[in-house]
Amino acid sequence: MKPQTLFDKIWTAHLVREEPGQPSLIYIDRHLVHEVTSPQAFEGLRLAGRPVRRPDLTFATMDHNIPTTDRQLPIRDPIAARQVRTLEDNCRDFEIPLFDLNSPYQGIVHVIGPELGLTLPGLTLVCGDSHTSTHGAFGALAFGIGTSEVEHVLATQCLLQDKPRTLLIQVEGLRPYGVAAKDIILSIIGRIGTSGGAGSVIEYAGQTIRDLTMEERMTVCNMSIEGGARAGMIAPDDKTFTYLRGRRYAPADFEEAVAGWKKLTSDPGAEFDGAIHIEAADLSPQVTWGTNPGQVAPIDSRVPDPAEFDDPNARKSAERALEYMALKPGTPLVDIAVDRVFIGSCTNSRLEDLRSAARLVKGKRVSSQVQAMVVPGSQQVKWQAEKEGLHHLFRESGFDWRESGCSMCLGMNPDILSPGQRCVSTSNRNFEGRQGKGGRTHLVSPVMAAAAAIEGRLVDVRQYDLEATASSKPS
Amino acid sequence: MEPFEKVHGVVAPLDLPNVDTDQIIPKQFLKRIERTGFGRFLFYDWRFLDGKTLNPEFEMNQERYRGAGILVTRANFGCGSSREHAPWSLLDYGFRCIIAPSFADIFFNNCFKNGLLPVRLSEEQVEAIFQGVRKTAGFQMTVDLQKQQIKADGGMSYGFRVDPFRRRCLLNGWDDIGLTLRHEDLISQFESRSAPPLSPTSA
Repeated sequence: MKPQTLFDKIWTAHLVREEPGQPSLIYIDRHLVHEVTSPQAFEGLRLAGRPVRRPDLTFATMDHNIPTTDRQLPIRDPIAARQVRTLEDNCRDFEIPLFDLNSPYQGIVHVIGPELGLTLPGLTLVCGDSHTSTHGAFGALAFGIGTSEVEHVLATQCLLQDKPRTLLIQVEGLRPYGVAAKDIILSIIGRIGTSGGAGSVIEYAGQTIRDLTMEERMTVCNMSIEGGARAGMIAPDDKTFTYLRGRRYAPADFEEAVAGWKKLTSDPGAEFDGAIHIEAADLSPQVTWGTNPGQVAPIDSRVPDPAEFDDPNARKSAERALEYMALKPGTPLVDIAVDRVFIGSCTNSRLEDLRSAARLVKGKRVSSQVQAMVVPGSQQVKWQAEKEGLHHLFRESGFDWRESGCSMCLGMNPDILSPGQRCVSTSNRNFEGRQGKGGRTHLVSPVMAAAAAIEGRLVDVRQYDLEATASSKPS
Repeated sequence: MEPFEKVHGVVAPLDLPNVDTDQIIPKQFLKRIERTGFGRFLFYDWRFLDGKTLNPEFEMNQERYRGAGILVTRANFGCGSSREHAPWSLLDYGFRCIIAPSFADIFFNNCFKNGLLPVRLSEEQVEAIFQGVRKTAGFQMTVDLQKQQIKADGGMSYGFRVDPFRRRCLLNGWDDIGLTLRHEDLISQFESRSAPPLSPTSA
């Protein structure tokens, strides 16, 4: 038999109907739902008198628009409150399990899926959110969909999909000191650009990727969409199985499941439509300087000069970005002063992210110029972090310690930047106004964000002793 | 969905690459639970100075583009968030067709589900349209999905290609869910032969 990629195996196993000249009908094993992209889908079902086909494969939570302050207080924004109430009503009416604001399992949809063991190797998983690519870290085929497709999955448990192309990104070698998973994916996006992965499912492979923890793999897969890809995935291995064992929704016969999951790797000689090779030794801590995640540079470099871009589109984009970001070409990136620091989002709000940031801030004070906050990805992450005393470390340093949600990654809730404020953020998008109209975002890893909070400017974290945050240390 | 055969109208320019869905419709408007009424929030932070006054610097705001039904823009339009509010706001504003060298995947899909036609042309063709739009006030164009052809003022004419399945759905105004439910027997068969761990087990 022809050698198959990991993607091919999952795709083939989920084909319900294939017809030449038409998109394929594929089965969806898990559908995650949140308050923002679902109301119109449920309304569509009601209008057509259609039920939800598989409420047992559908799971909901609220994460995007909710406040991260006291959960006991009602949501003050009436429009946000109505949207949250609508999700509660829809879940009740259509009998969909909901992890609501009072649930110990509430959190960012891409944090709770893996945490609950809903995300499993070999599954197809969708959600009305582009960062659904996160779940590919478990060897699942996971991608974001629009609201019409949410309705389609609710009604049919299937999706019409054109078969995507495959792109292999191989990262080899030992990660240099101070390089986080975030730096790997930011480097990749810097290299392929924001549309380099368009139409493709990326498989991340190679020693550097295999050496990543599950949480680090999620960070890498999470930002696949920022490179334009439909999805990102990593073949499951013992780390994956260890992570999933004992999770709330993990399979009852776990060993039998593991035996099947072990077959989920790309066969030797499997053909990809494209391939990129990266040497880990070339990686360094990254920071974005512009208004898309592809406008990124190593922290020890300078703000680029748009005049040096050959491609006219890239030049125009860079000029506009620097104007918006109020940056001058040639400025050392470490000279950029910051007003706000945000540690959170589906990219970097898991326990290891918080641990690495907490270790760095321990015994230090947040700069008097900076307002800094930590928003754990889920109630479970928050609970575990508090058990380890991380919240004390953050609070003693001057960080705000919040309730779980998407928060200032997209600023749909009250957590937003004021016009002109500059924020160092562990989130995934530095688009104009993303964190608040006129706000300026620099994307970095959690340790880079923690260091920026302390120093009041962008910092090269390699000047700190990061203990166990990297795989090797300078001699 | 309303069938789409052709659109004739004024062409408005948006001369930027990588326009993300956060710019098309900013997040503060995603809290609404309706599908309609998003047009007034389209390109909100660019179109308006303070939420009310039109920004005279934003090209699309010029009088000559009033009532435009076609938008011409640059590469990778619609990148970022999956929000379907983006095509909803473009449609509600009055656009029926977006022309660009390339589109982001999720946005591209979302357009077809709503009767908004995204047309891919080459960089050179898009550049020629931009020049036409800037040279002639009220520059108009007909985008014919049946013939897969664009005809514009000044004798400009381009062919384009839309995936045959999507084209048929748009031309007929077919609803995907209705099409899929015709194969319900196949879905049921798939479900009956698919073994656990398809079903989550709760401890």
